[in-house]
Amino acid sequence: MASKGIRDRVAIVGMGCTPFGEHWDKGAEDLLVDSATAAFDSAGVSKDDVDAFWLGTMGSGISGLTLSRPLKLDYKPVTRLENMCATGSEAFRNACYAVASGAVDMAMAIGVEKLKDSGFSGLVVSRPPDDGSAAELSAPALFSLLAPAYSKKYGVDQDELKHVLTRIAWKNHKNGAVNPRAQFRREVPMETIAASPIMAGQLGIFDCSGVSDGSAAAVIVRAEDAHRYTDKPIYVKGLSFVAGPAAGVIDPDYDYTTFTEVVRAAEDAYQQAGVEDPRAQLAMAEVHDCFTPTELVLYEDLGFAERGTAWKEALAGTFDLDGELPVNPDGGLKAFGHPIGASGLRMLFECWLQLRGEAPPERTIASVAAGRKLALTHNLGGSPGECVSFVSVVGSEPSA
Amino acid sequence: MNVIVSYGTYIPYWRLDRGRIGEALGTFGSGTRAVASYDEDTTTMGVEAARACLAAAPEGVKVGQLLFVTTDPAYLDKTNATAIHAALDLDPAAPAFDMVGSVNSANGAMAFATFAPMPTLVVFSDLRTGLPGGVDEAGGGDGAAAFLYAPDGPALLEFLGWGASTDEFLDRYRQPGEDHSRLWEERFGEHAYTPLAEQAVAEALKAAGVGPAEIDHAIVTGLHSRAVRVVAKSLGVGKEALVDDLTGVIGNTGAAHSGIVLADLLDRAEPGEVILRLVLADGAIATVVRTTEALREWRARRPAIASVAGQIAASRADLDYSRFLTWRGQLHREPPRRPDPTPPVAPASLRKEKWKFAFHASRCDECGTRHMPPARVCVKCGAVDKMSHERLAETPATIATYTVDRLAFSLSPPIVAAVVDFDGGGRFRCEMTDVDPKTVAIGNRVEMTFRRISTVDGIHNYFWKARPVRGES
Repeated sequence: MASKGIRDRVAIVGMGCTPFGEHWDKGAEDLLVDSATAAFDSAGVSKDDVDAFWLGTMGSGISGLTLSRPLKLDYKPVTRLENMCATGSEAFRNACYAVASGAVDMAMAIGVEKLKDSGFSGLVVSRPPDDGSAAELSAPALFSLLAPAYSKKYGVDQDELKHVLTRIAWKNHKNGAVNPRAQFRREVPMETIAASPIMAGQLGIFDCSGVSDGSAAAVIVRAEDAHRYTDKPIYVKGLSFVAGPAAGVIDPDYDYTTFTEVVRAAEDAYQQAGVEDPRAQLAMAEVHDCFTPTELVLYEDLGFAERGTAWKEALAGTFDLDGELPVNPDGGLKAFGHPIGASGLRMLFECWLQLRGEAPPERTIASVAAGRKLALTHNLGGSPGECVSFVSVVGSEPSA
Repeated sequence: MNVIVSYGTYIPYWRLDRGRIGEALGTFGSGTRAVASYDEDTTTMGVEAARACLAAAPEGVKVGQLLFVTTDPAYLDKTNATAIHAALDLDPAAPAFDMVGSVNSANGAMAFATFAPMPTLVVFSDLRTGLPGGVDEAGGGDGAAAFLYAPDGPALLEFLGWGASTDEFLDRYRQPGEDHSRLWEERFGEHAYTPLAEQAVAEALKAAGVGPAEIDHAIVTGLHSRAVRVVAKSLGVGKEALVDDLTGVIGNTGAAHSGIVLADLLDRAEPGEVILRLVLADGAIATVVRTTEALREWRARRPAIASVAGQIAASRADLDYSRFLTWRGQLHREPPRRPDPTPPVAPASLRKEKWKFAFHASRCDECGTRHMPPARVCVKCGAVDKMSHERLAETPATIATYTVDRLAFSLSPPIVAAVVDFDGGGRFRCEMTDVDPKTVAIGNRVEMTFRRISTVDGIHNYFWKARPVRGES
């Protein structure tokens, strides 16, 4: 048994993405209308052309009505789904499969999150009623568990590691500074990042992604139909999603320096897409940098760096905008912001812009011009030891 | 008749230096008092004392009933002893009773245990609070003691005799729900207690057939410290026989106090010594006992940290007065801008009782993998419903990684959390307590302790946390 994938069978022909940030003047419905309209316009279609919708939101609405009501859809199927922070990617994956199956000609994947109405500054997640035995730790705390484990395993001094994490945040802020849709649009000096108030473990406020509102959407059609809508469709090469058995939190063999779920999803997606050497083949990657140690570990889990070396590569600038493999050229969750259900589609939006040569000049990556045609998105939900992970590979050309 | 075959105590980690109260409020005080942490109450401290008691109990003694004594119950209407019963993983056939309200209940529980027809575990636990700046705040203390009574011994103490005197008078009183006691004029209490004490002691000595000169150790306790002092002097025993009542170091622990002071004495007494124990509490109860040879053998089996002196030595005395007031609910601090913790729900707590209270893991019968919490499907080999339960509350563990969470809600931020790997298998991510965040490191050894995680909507969320192995840090 292996996942066969749907390589080159579907393509993205239109995308929309709202600015992310504190949209005090917009509700989830407004954000959905904004991103859907932009995506329809981008593909040159109307809402009536779309046969089915997949709406991802963690908590900004329940049921398909969350989308059909504001868009006034004409009795269309809308699936509302949730898969923690990978919700947006999961909407995309399911929409792609609907098109690939032939059940529909055109589907929309759309994600939204309205976080800033909660009244709290961080992420607020409600849990089903339980026995109260699970420690109620904050998200920064759960991801900060990676840092001491990585330090210990690879003999990286904690101060050195803090510097590495700081540089990752600095890089993402630098990228976000030239992205008009990003929540944070200014460079932040490393000294400011390093000295920011501690949230949990080694993580300061600048090691955490932005809590924001936003929405993003994609229009998906069969690959053979794609050129009816655009000259530059983005083909889906591989889609992988795994929900782990939550083994890491109960199994002492897990060492908190990796996400097994990411390793498994990446293997699957690379195999579907025919990627053998991601560092050499990918033009760019959008990864789930919810907290700086996450991005560090992802470099290794996604095969961009050998085990135990990602910290050196990060310091060497390998993943900078002008580096060998740009990671999060749009600023990532760190600077672009993280409206949960929208993030996976926001990552695809950057691939869409870069692979089509439509990114603004100040953040255009050189790898596309140099001939690389593949981009990766990675989305993660949960926390180290118990998470879900999504990896996609998309490309600007169908395979020969 | 039952005899005492084991005992255990619990003195919380924190001490409040009475000088700290003086600095804030201009009062005068010296020494320290024991302080239950923000995540402790009389139920959790009772569990800790009872665990120590049962860990040292002779093999084969099966607890037939549990009695819990406190003046500060976590719940009314609902029995508190059942939470202790569950945390100790006792046989459901053994009943559990609360005897709450006054220090005198401790005397009643001991008498009841002595004459009960089954092995009986008696747990005394108290948390003493007064108004800021008052005598009870500075002089009170928190702690617990547990004694196991069984018919067949080996007895740590030989019972020689006892005497009682009872009277109705207004000395110390508190309306249910109030957070502090009220007291009548101090000299009146001395007047009322002195003749009651004389009568009880005379009766006890007569029953035991010993004179004051034969008393090797005299323990006098009670919440009326002036009466205790005066009565102790008038007993006619030698000055060296008067046992230090520990109030200078841990404060007066109310219903637990006589038990803790007795335990401290038994921690060091020689076999064949005669002890007079007098408790002044709405009357007087005097008991005369003699230590046995078995006491020395029993002590040899116990870790040093289990002694009262060991726990006093393993304490931390730099508690701020402001934190003490916050923990006691007497200083309402601005909470972090985060949602309140969610309370556990009753059905899930009952379904998961063996996990939540008894701290059971399940071990796969097919491949031996341990699961915390107990699982039905093995994470390693996939076997379904082939699991055996194991209690891990007494199993030490090692820190695999850790963090200090400054964002999550806590009455005493920051929360220290760790992923801990248990000896023999099994991993759990939990809060740590009684720990200095600066000392936490991968590889540190921890042990489990029963705590109150939070109280929301009137529901106490009890569960286990890890703490550094006491006596090793």
